[in-house]
Amino acid sequence: MAHIRKKKKKELPPVSTASLPDIVFMLLFFFMVTTVMREVDLKVKVVKPRATEIQKLERKSLVTYLYVGKPLPKYQSLVGTEPRLQLNDSFAKIDDIQSFVVTEREKINEAEQPLMTVSIKADKEVKMGLITDIKLELRKAQALKINYSTNPASSTDEMFRRF
Amino acid sequence: MARNKRGIPEINAGSMADIAFLLLIFFLVTTTMDVDKGINRKLPPWEPNPEQEDNVIKEKNIFTVLVNASDNLLVENEYMDVTQLREAAIRFLDNNGDGTCSYCEGLRDPLSSDNPDKAIISLQNDRGTSYEMYIKVQNELVGAYTDIRNRAAEKRYGRPFDKLGEEQQKQIQEMYPQKLSEAEPLNLGGK
Repeated sequence: MAHIRKKKKKELPPVSTASLPDIVFMLLFFFMVTTVMREVDLKVKVVKPRATEIQKLERKSLVTYLYVGKPLPKYQSLVGTEPRLQLNDSFAKIDDIQSFVVTEREKINEAEQPLMTVSIKADKEVKMGLITDIKLELRKAQALKINYSTNPASSTDEMFRRF
Repeated sequence: MARNKRGIPEINAGSMADIAFLLLIFFLVTTTMDVDKGINRKLPPWEPNPEQEDNVIKEKNIFTVLVNASDNLLVENEYMDVTQLREAAIRFLDNNGDGTCSYCEGLRDPLSSDNPDKAIISLQNDRGTSYEMYIKVQNELVGAYTDIRNRAAEKRYGRPFDKLGEEQQKQIQEMYPQKLSEAEPLNLGGK
């Protein structure tokens, strides 16, 4: 008995937490480097479709985003439930695209303006009518490089599966 | 002297971890890990008064893909499931009907495309087609070109297309030029 009690008294030395700040800092830097601050407040619901033939969008500064989807529930009393277009932080009409594209293009320096890409982030349930109208406006605004934003699917089978 | 020896008391670094944790949690919450990815396409330039084109393209050189408002697919006047589209497109592109394409492996069906240079894929959808279906079809058609170019690149250079140099990529692209045209959508779905 005595023997056991003696052992109990001699506890394990506490784990040293001296390197904890280092570990945390490492994680911190990782997240600081990889983080992309969300530039706009999404007012529409966007569930992107899945695809396999995708390319990465490089040069973030050359990319302009259009969001298309159903307004979020809290805005539905104002703008209804039909899919809408969002430019920057507000709902917009299709006619606004041209001036929007022109202002966005001005922000890019002149030599790189032809490389401007418009990324369409649309919800998968949006009907093509709306997308077609948007594409027509983009053509009129001479923004011909577009990118349909999608989520990656590892295989085509996964893409075709219905959820 | 005595003063100097004492020095400045060390700053307690015990709370460093807490501060770092706080920052870490902030970045964890605000971070959005999504990298922007998608299907790159090029739109045709806008012409207010489109001229009637005179050059007639032979019917057999056009691969028509129609998508209706209920997301059904009609390919070359036949109902098709979207899972078979890629294969059908490759068969069409690689057909080599007139025998001028030395690198093609197609069936040389006289009723299908003459050669990859003349082969055009025409896509038309309805205004009621869902975006998801449209992306699937786009994905398969772009995928057909990717597959066929990869095959050609493997055969000629022993490497997949995206591992090739710029000059070699250009050559492969000329072998199988991407001719994917999109017609104005129909409005039969009623919306």
